Amino acid sequence: MKLKSLKKRENELANAKRQLEILSNGIFQDEELPTFRSKLKTLNLFPLQPKILEILQINVGYMCNQVCAHCHVDAGPDRKEIMTRETMQQCLDVIKDTGAHTLDLTGGAPEMNPLFRWFVEEATKVGVKDVIVRSNLTIITANKKYNDLPEFFKKHKVHVISSMPHWTEGKTDQQRGDGVFNASIKALKMLNAVGYGMPNSDLKLDLVYNPSGAFLPGNQAALEADFKKALSEKFNIHFHNLFSITNLPISRFLDYLIASENYEDYMYNLVEAFNPAAVKNVMCTNTLSVSWDGWLYDCDFNQMLELKVDSPIQHIRDFNKKTLSKRTICISQHCYGCTAGAGSSCQGTVVQ
Amino acid sequence: MSNTYYEPSDLRKFGTITEWSEELGKKFFDYYGSVFEEGALSAREKSLIALAVSHVVKCPYCIDAYTQDGLKRGITKEEMMEAVHAGAAIESGATLVHSVQMMNKYKKLSM
Ligand code: SF4
Ligand code: SF4
Repeated sequence: MKLKSLKKRENELANAKRQLEILSNGIFQDEELPTFRSKLKTLNLFPLQPKILEILQINVGYMCNQVCAHCHVDAGPDRKEIMTRETMQQCLDVIKDTGAHTLDLTGGAPEMNPLFRWFVEEATKVGVKDVIVRSNLTIITANKKYNDLPEFFKKHKVHVISSMPHWTEGKTDQQRGDGVFNASIKALKMLNAVGYGMPNSDLKLDLVYNPSGAFLPGNQAALEADFKKALSEKFNIHFHNLFSITNLPISRFLDYLIASENYEDYMYNLVEAFNPAAVKNVMCTNTLSVSWDGWLYDCDFNQMLELKVDSPIQHIRDFNKKTLSKRTICISQHCYGCTAGAGSSCQGTVVQ
Repeated sequence: MSNTYYEPSDLRKFGTITEWSEELGKKFFDYYGSVFEEGALSAREKSLIALAVSHVVKCPYCIDAYTQDGLKRGITKEEMMEAVHAGAAIESGATLVHSVQMMNKYKKLSM
């Protein structure tokens, strides 16, 4: 079955308010499990506040060539939200004086925004140290017009981070769709061919692993070793680091958890694995997320839950670093996904 | 009281056994934790052994726990099923090897 976005299906979970309700009802309302807020309070870690802004994560649109079952963005070919040149320009103006060293471009498939290449070219000119593109890999082989992306990335020394849920075809396609594994392998080979991910190459290629089901990721280093061994032995593919990311209980993953009757157990697992050491480094403490229409959020997850930053400044056009640094981070029970075990962020675990 | 012998949510409460015998419970969990650390065998290998034994002792809690543990570690379903067969083979072998006793007794009792 070809999946559609929750929005297209008019599923109630396409509504952010409904998701937040679910995350506060049931086991959390009954106090069977502590809310994230009360958990932080008992440890004197409330409220969560940002530290120095290091990463600006920009979501350039929700359109995607894939419709992964776990997608927290509810992305897909049917999503039309896309960043305009005007908003991109506002982002570029801001990047120059935020002092952020990393620009993290995400989506959907960011490459599907027709202004993507222009934006990358301009962004690399403003002097950010690390420009990341979160590429789903299959976009590179999806259409002739994307086949030269590896060359384009290379030309601009873009840091490529790509998703790969498993080194076997079955588990990958189960999460990301039929044929995704083979297309991803082909794309990884194309990236390797221009130098990405090769040992000692400064063309960085990292992989993101997230579990294909209702379980938490295992040890990041052990998974990296297994991925490296399997991908190099079977396919002669190379990459640099593997980031293991916990699926947060929002959007399509929340829908899956509820439909498969795994929701309560999953929340128990997250709460049980709560690690106070991870709280200090959750990604909202050094990242700001910008949506396709220029609104500001503490992270990409809060963006999907429509929880705008709790600050007088809420839009990129009014950006003010000082005012924003004084805000308190908006939290709900989905945040347990960032603090379980070794923690989870877009750069992988947060506790050594 | 639940009206079934096994309650899936009891697995989460495993830790509460220390409430009725703190010292022994704690000793058990410390021991358990140490057993599954990386050692001469990898934690991954031990997870598969635990999965096989879970089936042999037919513990539904352990089967749930070690299937989940295997998924976390990226263990494939083929590996999991082979581990269960290894356990099952030993279990059926243990039954069958006793038939030698049956054969001995048969022969001894027969003219
Ligand atoms: S490739 Fe990424 S953005 Fe696209 S549907 Fe999959 S998870 Fe979502
Ligand atoms: S979900 Fe967002 S706001 Fe919550 S802890 Fe994670 S990064 Fe921070």
